[in-house]
Amino acid sequence: MPVPEAQEFFIDPARCIGCNACVQACTECDTHKGYAMIQLDYIDHASSPQTVPVVCMHCQSPTCAEVCPADAIKRTSDGVVQTARKPRCIACNNCVLACPFGVPKMHTEMRLMMKCDMCYDRTSVGKKPMCASVCPSQALYFGTRTEIEKLRPNSRPINTFSFGAQMITTKVNMLVPKQAAATHLDVIAALHESTIGNSIEDDLLLAGMEATHEP
Amino acid sequence: MSLEPPDLVTVAPDGRPPEEQPRWRQAFPIDEPQDDYRFRRHFARFLLLTSLAFVVGQAWIVLLSVLSRTRGKPPVQDVAGVAELPVGRAKLFAYPRPGDACVLVRVSHEQFVAFGQQCTHLSCPVIPKPAEGKFHCPCHEGVFDLYTGQPLAGPPRRTLPRITLDIRGGRIYATGVQQEVL
Repeated sequence: MPVPEAQEFFIDPARCIGCNACVQACTECDTHKGYAMIQLDYIDHASSPQTVPVVCMHCQSPTCAEVCPADAIKRTSDGVVQTARKPRCIACNNCVLACPFGVPKMHTEMRLMMKCDMCYDRTSVGKKPMCASVCPSQALYFGTRTEIEKLRPNSRPINTFSFGAQMITTKVNMLVPKQAAATHLDVIAALHESTIGNSIEDDLLLAGMEATHEP
Repeated sequence: MSLEPPDLVTVAPDGRPPEEQPRWRQAFPIDEPQDDYRFRRHFARFLLLTSLAFVVGQAWIVLLSVLSRTRGKPPVQDVAGVAELPVGRAKLFAYPRPGDACVLVRVSHEQFVAFGQQCTHLSCPVIPKPAEGKFHCPCHEGVFDLYTGQPLAGPPRRTLPRITLDIRGGRIYATGVQQEVL
């Protein structure tokens, strides 16, 4: 049974309080074999406790599946990109390296890539994903577009991202301020911002990237 | 289950329609319904080709048996003199064609036996052990009966081809091959 089309996933990183409830809940989902497929990323750990939940964005053109040499990563008709197929996955790590959002998790002991599948066992029968059902601040929300408009009158969902030259359209939405002029979010923009107390030149890799970006 | 391939949901990275995509994209679709469809098609093709191969194989066996019947009787070949082979000794010879290794064994004063030397398991040469009354194949520890050529132990399941012998005027002649029919 597919996930209903009206039910969508919304991430509001500004509301994340870093409680890790989603991570704990994720391990309890039946399709995740006891592992957490969600993680909280610190934006700038040295200066701020602000975290961002990272779930699979379920891209329209999934890079993980594009780079899979074993034809193991499949997308169901409702647009959910599933965990690699166990008989096919060769644990080559290509998807882990290719994903613009850093979602796939490699479990070498099982020789299997596992990733957030929007708790397919739950969402395909009309329930919310584990993380969205426990998030106390509703930074992770699963529901219809009308519901989110009522809940977040000052935000609007965006589902286009840029990753270098690659434009990505996703099934999962990110909430941005309503007045923001942004038409898409730059996934690696944060890499180019200097962090407090550290000069960007300290990082040779980033310095090289900066140099190539300037004309 | 439909006979037509399901519609594509996934958009290729270049954004062009599926008809303009390279052929490998159709062979390795990212969409699960498409993938299931391809897998079914591949499996059906595999079944068809495999059963076809079996049919051809059967026809080949029939053809071989017809050919062997029309080939005529094997030649009579002088193998050895009775006097040159003591009891318990063996002699190698080629029969009916030059490459077909056979072994002649004198098991008693009057009795001679001859068998094809190729083990019926994987064609290793068998070694006659007249003292123990058997042929031994060292490759996989196969054992055949010295008098009948029947497999006694190990992986072989078919008897060794027996060479029929004729003793005339102090000489031993090979006159034919008795092969177990499959």
